[in-house]
Amino acid sequence: MPDLGKYADAVLGSYAVSIALIVAIVALSLWRSKRVKAELERVETETSGQANTR
Amino acid sequence: MSFWEYANPKKFMETSSWLLPWVAIGSLLCLVVGLIWGFFFTPDDFRQGSTVKIIYLHVPSALMAINAWLMMLVCSLIWIVRRHHVSALAARAAAPIGVTMTLIALATGALWGQPMWGTYWAWDPRLTSFLILFLFYLGYIALWEAIENSDTAADLTSVLCLVGSVFALLSRYAVNFWNQGLHQGASLSLDKEENVADVFYFPLLVCIAGFVLLFVALVLIRTRTEIRARRISALRARQRLNDTSPSATPKEA
Repeated sequence: MPDLGKYADAVLGSYAVSIALIVAIVALSLWRSKRVKAELERVETETSGQANTR
Repeated sequence: MSFWEYANPKKFMETSSWLLPWVAIGSLLCLVVGLIWGFFFTPDDFRQGSTVKIIYLHVPSALMAINAWLMMLVCSLIWIVRRHHVSALAARAAAPIGVTMTLIALATGALWGQPMWGTYWAWDPRLTSFLILFLFYLGYIALWEAIENSDTAADLTSVLCLVGSVFALLSRYAVNFWNQGLHQGASLSLDKEENVADVFYFPLLVCIAGFVLLFVALVLIRTRTEIRARRISALRARQRLNDTSPSATPKEA
């Protein structure tokens, strides 16, 4: 760990905030992607099932 | 092969599915190498001390905050002129990433400003135009969410994007337009004399590459999600239409 001296709070705070925001946007994007993909598969199964029963 | 082929959702999904892992891996590699190099293996600045290490987050995020909006501008213009849905969805997908980048730039700027300027915030031209850009991002996202019809939403958000572009450009060139305020000029320049010292410059370039690739990877993921969400809406609309059409009602015996 480098010696950050009297600016340690500012430097570590910047890294903590930035990494937290990056992790948050990546996690949110992946979570929504997974949810929408599952939803599309469900709707496609539903609609193809309906078409087959007609 | 024409560039406009990628306006076809099917073609976009095919191309992005093989491109995405490479971009994501490249982004992760550049971010890890650049941030570790910058944080652990670069010296303190003779004037700014260890706070110079904030440059590896502040400059790339500020750069991407502005360029994300410019990418949205290009996509909005394509939507307005050629009505390609993928471009409108890509603009929508980029906005939350842009707002995150703006927030990182504002937060790291404030944390860097306090020890260097003695204040977290000042109504400096660059800082103020960046705050306005942040508000434009929020307005853009809110407008997309507020309008049910996706084509109308794309039209209105495209106009908002055109207006907001003034502030995106202003936040880039504010230091040059108004030669006053606390914020210094650009950290990167084609003029070697104005550039930051090489010892900071090379890890900074790696971090910028990491942020650019991260942005591209996230835009691809989110655009793919928007395309899928649009397909869900289309299938549901078709389902509703089938349910209410006369042929759907059972014949009486």
